[in-house]
Amino acid sequence: MTDYRPAASIEAVESGLATAGYIANRQIATAVYLSERIEKPILVEGPAGVGKTELAKAIAAWRGVKLIRLQCYEGLDEAKALYEWKYAKQLLYTQILKDKLGEVLGHAETLPQALDKLHNFGDVFFSKEFVEPRPLLQALEQAKGCVLLIDEIDKSDAEFESLLLEILSDFQVTIPELGTISAIVPPTVILTSNAERDLGDALKRRCLHLHIGFPEQKLEERIVETRVPGISQALRKQIVGFINEVRTLDLKKLPSVSETIDWARVLVLLQSSELDHQTVKDTLNVLLKYEADIETTLPQVTTFVSKATKQNVYG
Amino acid sequence: MRENLHRFFRAARGAGVRVSPAESIDAMRAVADIGFSDRGILKDTLLLTLAKTREEKQSLGECFDLFFDHPELDASPPNAPDDAPDDEPKADNDNSPADTSGAESAGDGNSSEGTPELGALARMLMSQDRNEIATAIAQAANAAQLSEIRYFTQRGLFSTRMLDLMGIARLRDDIDALTTANPSEAERLAAATQGLRDAVREAVSQALLLYGREESEALRNDILRNAPMARLDPRQVKEMQALIRMIARRLRARYSKPRKRQRRGHLDVRRTLRRNAAWGGVPFLTTWKRRHRDRPKIVAICDVSGSVARVSDFFLLLIHSLHEVVSDVRSFAFSGHLIEVSDILEKKSPEEAMSEIMAKAGFGSSDYGRSLADFEKGWLNIVTPKTTVIVLGDARTNNLDPRADILRRIGERSKRLVWLNPEGRMAWGWGDSEMPRYATFCSVVRQCTNARQLERAVSDIVAAYQ
Repeated sequence: MTDYRPAASIEAVESGLATAGYIANRQIATAVYLSERIEKPILVEGPAGVGKTELAKAIAAWRGVKLIRLQCYEGLDEAKALYEWKYAKQLLYTQILKDKLGEVLGHAETLPQALDKLHNFGDVFFSKEFVEPRPLLQALEQAKGCVLLIDEIDKSDAEFESLLLEILSDFQVTIPELGTISAIVPPTVILTSNAERDLGDALKRRCLHLHIGFPEQKLEERIVETRVPGISQALRKQIVGFINEVRTLDLKKLPSVSETIDWARVLVLLQSSELDHQTVKDTLNVLLKYEADIETTLPQVTTFVSKATKQNVYG
Repeated sequence: MRENLHRFFRAARGAGVRVSPAESIDAMRAVADIGFSDRGILKDTLLLTLAKTREEKQSLGECFDLFFDHPELDASPPNAPDDAPDDEPKADNDNSPADTSGAESAGDGNSSEGTPELGALARMLMSQDRNEIATAIAQAANAAQLSEIRYFTQRGLFSTRMLDLMGIARLRDDIDALTTANPSEAERLAAATQGLRDAVREAVSQALLLYGREESEALRNDILRNAPMARLDPRQVKEMQALIRMIARRLRARYSKPRKRQRRGHLDVRRTLRRNAAWGGVPFLTTWKRRHRDRPKIVAICDVSGSVARVSDFFLLLIHSLHEVVSDVRSFAFSGHLIEVSDILEKKSPEEAMSEIMAKAGFGSSDYGRSLADFEKGWLNIVTPKTTVIVLGDARTNNLDPRADILRRIGERSKRLVWLNPEGRMAWGWGDSEMPRYATFCSVVRQCTNARQLERAVSDIVAAYQ
């Protein structure tokens, strides 16, 4: 897939993502379709582990383009995200220039003449050769287009958001010494956020806003099916049913899709063919990440297991 | 269809979703690509482009359902026999009894009787064509600019205007003419007219729900903001709490940004050298001296006695939100004596925290002297030259010793001492109010009778640290 044309329809996006192993609901597919059509970044919000980052990876795999990832953290700045000068090389350059200065200036008699010559001498100190491109600039320089994933934007500082605005709205950056660099092919930009802090309106305005929640039961079963191939249908149904029951509890961290997949993998490894009380108890720590959560869930395990298996019989 | 989208944007704004022109352009472009054929996809598209938070998505979703259930849209799709019952339930119900009673008697007699020539509206009503009526209502709504409706008081006006546009005058003449010529027909037409009135009223109410929300909400908030906090009725109290929470949210958005400002022009030589060690000390990266700013340190002392009980709820709510904005807040509540409530406010939800504080310290008669003495004994050492001390209270000491000397010491130790008084200035110094005596030791004394003043006061306090 070398050509980078927008997908023809929402269904095409859905099946395309499915080939990359990502089962998208219609909302996600619509978002991806629209972002290609009207060339807008997607801001993805949702609880941890519902596949926000995975979405970007899937798009890249489906499109057969490079994924450039920028992990945000507190203190991330221009020099690490956008570009940096190659200081050491610049230093060397000045030293070479110093050695060659005599030749360059030739036999200038007076100081004004020497300065004149110096002005005419091409200045490469601030030029493209000395720029070290960081993820954002790299993304603009990809000739075949790429997927730019700006992960966990909410972890970065508020100033960093403003830095992103230019790239998000016009797919270009401005380096004071060089001028404006535009994207060769506008990249598909995905921003993810865990809503740790409220993002600025300016940033939100430039993006499509997609909220991914926990998937519906049917969808989650399909996700497990693609991600954990060796699993029997009955067990799959039980697992998803059980997890949906757990999600109704008041827990510190609800198990999300990634936990479902991990748990399914564990159960397959343990070669269990269906859920039973003991296995669930032993493997609950895969699902729940806090001691307090496990304690809340333990007394309910038996009822949940029976519910999940029953639903299997009738459903 | 463009028109419809524009109206939808306006309705969305009414539902509390901020739709900027840029976003509406995006939505238009997206919709142009998607088309109107699939309602589910259309909804997703609008949700993606317009709503930018979860709450906004929810309210926009509701708004979408309300809007596109609206009979107005029925004007375009002609094949709506199965849609009509949901769209016009009111008209339907009101028309059917008239229909059944009059139909068999008038059904065949209609043509032979030689009734007078009827107007268009009357003919439409007599034929009971629901689609046609709905279309007519929608057209009248457009012509009457129903989407301009803002306040519930305008309902009558818009109903009348729409009925006029549909030709109600002619209809009345028709009924008059029919009463003499054919009484049973006239009765039937009158019943149908009543149904029409109901349908129009329904359409207007729905429009008000869609388009009027924005204005009326803003109006109500504005009134609330200026209403004295001590005299709110219970219904308003709920709204007031929501308003204070909104104010707190705004304060948080404004002031919780990291505070870094460089002092350009003053090179930090030591740090520059260290930073550029890799390049042999050639200073590629410069480091500038930073101005150190005080981190906000706030001590809030809140009166929760009986005399200010109605206001102290709001004070506590605001202090609760201060805890979210500023990292270093210590809060205290007192009536007869003083206790620290920082932990409660920090860990619990506003409602829980308030009821717990009220249970522990509230509703007694206030003793400012003793409470200040309690503070001096237990916590005076937390007041440093960087601290802002806020006292929220009416300074009514019940004729007990005010101990203004302690307040003086607090004022001397702190950066600022701010007193927010929920009573009007006129009342200060009258009766047992010791405000004038306390005021001499405060840096700022503010009257704080309504939400607007409260917001200003707290905003100023936080801004002093920016």
